[in-house]
Amino acid sequence: MISINYYIILSAILFTIGAMGVLIRRNPLIIFMSIELMLNAANLAFVAFGRSWEITSGKPFYTGQIFVFFVIAVAAAEVAVGLALIVEIFKTKKNINIDEMNSLKG
Amino acid sequence: MTSELIVFLVLSLVAISSALGMAFSRNAIYSALFLVLNFVTVAVFYLMLGAPFIAMSQITVYAGAIMVLFLFVIMLLGAESMIPLPSAMPWQRPLAFILAVTLVVESVYLIFARAKLDTVITAPGVAANSMDSLRDMAMTLFNKFLLPFEITSILLLVAMVGAIVLAKKEKGGKA
Repeated sequence: MISINYYIILSAILFTIGAMGVLIRRNPLIIFMSIELMLNAANLAFVAFGRSWEITSGKPFYTGQIFVFFVIAVAAAEVAVGLALIVEIFKTKKNINIDEMNSLKG
Repeated sequence: MTSELIVFLVLSLVAISSALGMAFSRNAIYSALFLVLNFVTVAVFYLMLGAPFIAMSQITVYAGAIMVLFLFVIMLLGAESMIPLPSAMPWQRPLAFILAVTLVVESVYLIFARAKLDTVITAPGVAANSMDSLRDMAMTLFNKFLLPFEITSILLLVAMVGAIVLAKKEKGGKA
C-alpha cells in the first residue's frame, strides 16, 4: 500500500539533493543540472497530487499532468538560453569557475 | 510487503542514489549520465502514477534532448577534466550538508504530522494507458489550457531566438 506520503517525501528528498548540489559545486554546468533535478522533483509532486485527486474524486483528472507538460517546456527553454550564456562566458574568460563570475560586465 | 511497495522502494533507491551520484561526482559527464538515470527512474514513477504521456515526454524531452544538450556543452567546454579549485568559502560545504539534512527532516516531520495526507495511491487501471485517456487529456489541454499553451509556444520561440543571438559571432571578425 503506497500512500501519497511516500511520493511527496521522495520529491522532498530529491529537491533537497538538488539544492545541496547547487550550493556545494563549483562547476556551473553541474549547478545547472542540480536546478533541473529540483524542477524534476517538483514535477513528481505535481503528478502525485494529481493522481491523489483523481483517486478521491473518482473522475479522471489531467490538470497535474498538463502542468508538468508546461514545466518541462519551460525547463527546455531555460536550458537552451542558460547553456548559450555559459558558452558565451567561456569564450571570454576561457574557464568556467563559478567563483570568478562575480561581475556583470563582460 | 506487497510487490508494489517493493518496486517503489527499489526505484526510489535508484532515484536517490543517482541524484547523489550526480551531486557528488567529480567528472561532469558522469554527473550528466547519473542525471539521465534519475530522469528515466522518475519516468517509471510517472507510469506508476497513471501518467503515460508525461512519462514518455519526460524521456523524450528531458532525458533525450535536454541532457544531450548538456553533454554537448560539457564536451565542448572540456569540463569533464576540470579540477575544482579550492572554494573561496570553506565553511560552505558543511553548512550546506547541515541545512540539507535539516530541510529533509523538517519536511518529513511536517508531512507526517501536519499535512495528514492519507490517500492510498492505487495502480492505474487499463484505461489510463489507452488512447481515450490521451484524447481526454488533449481535449483538456486545448480547451481549458489553451492560453498557457500558446504562451508556452511563444516562450519557446523567444528562447530559440535568444540562444541563436547569444551564440552568434560578433560583427567585426572578433573570434
